[in-house]
Amino acid sequence: MSPAAFPAQEVALVDLLDRLLAGGIVLAGDITLAIADIDMVQISLRALITSLDRTTRSGAAERDQ
Amino acid sequence: MSTASYTYAVARPFNPTQAAGIVGVDGAAIHLVRHQDLVAVVSPLAPAEADETALRARLETLSELEVIARAHHRVVAAVAACTPTLPFRLATVHRTDDRVAQLLRREYRRFRETLDRFAGRVEVGVKIYVQHAGASAGMSVAEKTDGSGSARAGRDYLRNRREQRDRRQHAWRRATTAAEQMDAVLAGLAVDRRQHRTQSAELSAAPGENVFNAAYLVDAGRAEELAARAQRLGAENPHVTIEITGPWPPYSFADSEEGT
Repeated sequence: MSPAAFPAQEVALVDLLDRLLAGGIVLAGDITLAIADIDMVQISLRALITSLDRTTRSGAAERDQ
Repeated sequence: MSTASYTYAVARPFNPTQAAGIVGVDGAAIHLVRHQDLVAVVSPLAPAEADETALRARLETLSELEVIARAHHRVVAAVAACTPTLPFRLATVHRTDDRVAQLLRREYRRFRETLDRFAGRVEVGVKIYVQHAGASAGMSVAEKTDGSGSARAGRDYLRNRREQRDRRQHAWRRATTAAEQMDAVLAGLAVDRRQHRTQSAELSAAPGENVFNAAYLVDAGRAEELAARAQRLGAENPHVTIEITGPWPPYSFADSEEGT
């Protein structure tokens, strides 16, 4: 389904992470890995901040050259 | 050691040819684990990738997180396009398919109820932004008054900073009030709604400050109407811009509690 009222572009990662890290049913108990219990939003923020740091640093390095 | 089972979703049974060729995390083909009239959508995960430390390390690397998230979404979206689907949280991994089957047996009623609720429905995302015009105006005035006395320049600078801050607060309040009104209209077209945390400007490509970020569960036949209505409400208000995403599988409604 791709109605005209919806944008055609690729799903943005930030919108996807809103849903995959804060949404989706969380099943505890029989899950063999504790990953489901870990705060996924914290994980994503750490990943994003690390990546932003890298972008900022490389941007600064380019300006310094 | 055998492979683990990465689980994407639980769904009502569907014609497997509709999902033929879909690959999930790490390029693994998906298969179905059945229990009565439910199926779990699963792909094998190599044992080395399936322990908590390895998986966690991958999820903390943005490029890896993105690859896994997009693979997860690719599978969930493909299944949701052909049958009612209850998405699982990213990185839900079981030791074996038998454990997945046990889960289906144990949670059968809850899964059935949620899938009934999702039947024929999709999620629509709506984000509202406020634009902060002239954000750098304060600096230029201070620079221009240079030479007419530094004390006066300092006062002008502080006054301008204050005015700029007040303008921003006023614009933010006006936008959040508009967002509340739009939300009330859109919620009237929807079956349910969830609010997400607002997105930080650094992480999103959209211009302006995100003041509202919500998802609406809506009958598929009304998704376009809701999106068009949101676009129109945004166009009518000069103080905000609006962004629609979706239609999505019902990710934001997978936990069974009603409303927020």
